[in-house]
Amino acid sequence: MRLRLEARQQPSRTMQWASPVLAAVLAALGGGVVFAALGHNPATALATLFLQPLATLDGLAELGLKATPLLLCAIGIAVGVRANVWNIGAEGQLTLGAITGGGIALAFGGDGHWWTLPLMLLAGAAGGAFWAAIPALLRTRFNAHEILTTLMLSYVAVQLLGWLVHGPWIDPEGFNFPQTRMFADDALLPVLLEGARLHAGFLLALLAVPLAWGLLSRTATGFRLRTVGQAPAAARYAGFSADGAVWFSLVLSGALAGLAGVCEAAGPVGQLQPLMSPGYGFAAIIVAFLGRLHPVGILGSSLLMALLYLGGEQLQVTLQLPIAATGTIQGMLLFFLLATDVFIDQRLVWSPRHA
Amino acid sequence: MHDGFALLALLVATLRAAAPLLLAGFGELVAERAGVLNLGVEGMMLVGAAAGFIATAATGNPLLGLLVGALAGALMALLFGVLTLTLRANQVACGLALTIFGVGLSALIGLPWQGTPITGLATVIWPGLDRAGPVAQQFMLLDPVVWLALAMPFLVFAFLYRTRPGLVLRAVGESHDVAHALGYSVLRVRYAAVVFGGAMAGVAGSYLSLVYTPMWTENMVAGRGWIALALVVFSAWKPLWLALGAVLFGFVTIAQFHAEAFGLDVSPHLLATLPYLATVVVLVLISRDAGRLKLNAPAALGKPFNAAG
Repeated sequence: MRLRLEARQQPSRTMQWASPVLAAVLAALGGGVVFAALGHNPATALATLFLQPLATLDGLAELGLKATPLLLCAIGIAVGVRANVWNIGAEGQLTLGAITGGGIALAFGGDGHWWTLPLMLLAGAAGGAFWAAIPALLRTRFNAHEILTTLMLSYVAVQLLGWLVHGPWIDPEGFNFPQTRMFADDALLPVLLEGARLHAGFLLALLAVPLAWGLLSRTATGFRLRTVGQAPAAARYAGFSADGAVWFSLVLSGALAGLAGVCEAAGPVGQLQPLMSPGYGFAAIIVAFLGRLHPVGILGSSLLMALLYLGGEQLQVTLQLPIAATGTIQGMLLFFLLATDVFIDQRLVWSPRHA
Repeated sequence: MHDGFALLALLVATLRAAAPLLLAGFGELVAERAGVLNLGVEGMMLVGAAAGFIATAATGNPLLGLLVGALAGALMALLFGVLTLTLRANQVACGLALTIFGVGLSALIGLPWQGTPITGLATVIWPGLDRAGPVAQQFMLLDPVVWLALAMPFLVFAFLYRTRPGLVLRAVGESHDVAHALGYSVLRVRYAAVVFGGAMAGVAGSYLSLVYTPMWTENMVAGRGWIALALVVFSAWKPLWLALGAVLFGFVTIAQFHAEAFGLDVSPHLLATLPYLATVVVLVLISRDAGRLKLNAPAALGKPFNAAG
């Protein structure tokens, strides 16, 4: 007798939703192993990671703060993957959104215009959309695959920001630190809770959930996107444009990532620095898959990932654990998810050995 | 005479910069010719770089470090193989997961060793390096790893096109069903190819942390794994084109450091975008002709194999 994988008659709906939960539990266990290997009590470390941040109102506000960029980026990535378009350069689009939005803040902030903040958000979204439009053009016009081009442009965007904050946009009174001056008050997002850092960008991200859900499941555009992704031949036969799907999903996800970038700049950071994100754009790939590429699922998984970031900081402060430990757990999370996902379409059966 | 020496130095620097791309690129080429697309090259290189560095710092032996780096890369690839080959999970998603995991894991294990000084490979194998003349020193900088990297195009070419196992590997990559029907073990061939790719990525990574810049810093591979992946597409899966592409990119990487010498006053940040922009340009040039790519890509690339049908 031996264990064998066998195709299920139908994909298991139970496994479909049980898989992310299972993966999260397995990743937490894996995290426990990592903490034990680093010489810490795994129970204490896991409690610090997952429970302590949720104990206070301030912690909950920080959770929303960290979930904002993850949610925005992941929704865009998910729309793309539904159409079989792989935007893995959200980090770069986020960075460009911070640059364009931040540029507006530096130019007009403090002048007292009512339109400064709206224009910043628009510019951020446009910047991200532009950065994603380049891979869209290269894919549709020249057939260059977006996985590599979006990623390469991420590296370029980060260097571009590095050049700006080291050079032309450096704070003249900043003792040569590579950063811009702080944004003026009218170029900062309003705070939602007195004394906390949670800002209005969180509401924008929340708004994106029903909008994306409506787009994917209630509009013809969403139907076309899903058809192009799942059944390209049928989509061709129906006359749905594959190029259109590439353009739409890349520009949309770029705009959302750009919005995330300007919200970081005008929110918790309040200026431009060489690195605007601790890898939110990459973590958002995990968030998108963990949320089953469904906007509501992604809302849940972005909160979980935000908890990982937040708890990771907590671990650093209280147990002096390196922040990289949580990066390892993030990676394990996606691995376990992909492994448990195998059992949606297949099941384990005992079968006699072949003669 | 002086110009001749500058040219020699430039050539040596180019080959050294090309070595990790050659090693990782040929590992990936073999995996892809067997029909497996592993997007985790960057992650495997990072873990190889960290593991190789730690082994060297702990034992003082960079040769052992290279071996440990290769082993670490191979283990990462094995993990990928279990998921994609045995469990038949999506190769694109698993490759991304491997990279994300590798970034985190390498940062974690490498952290206590950041800033630790190590003896570079060259000083270990060439005891007389410090006393040698400038020209001899340049040749000594071409260490055995560089020679291995330079031999890769010929070795892989000979293996793929002149040996029976190479023929089987290509057959598995073109049509796993036919290869299976002929009695070849598709999974065994693919596991071997993927693990070889991981070991090569591991050597490439530890070359970076042991020889190229003998130190460990977080994320030090800096996209070279992705560039190696792009080069495989650029080569249209042909060994000699891959070799050419890797050397060209080695030159682009070096050129950014020499820009100042040519009297160019450009921000180092903008110069650092060159290899990435060049990758995009090269991808565009090569992908423009969709028919050519389709014709050359291994037909079963990225498709899971299920013996049960």
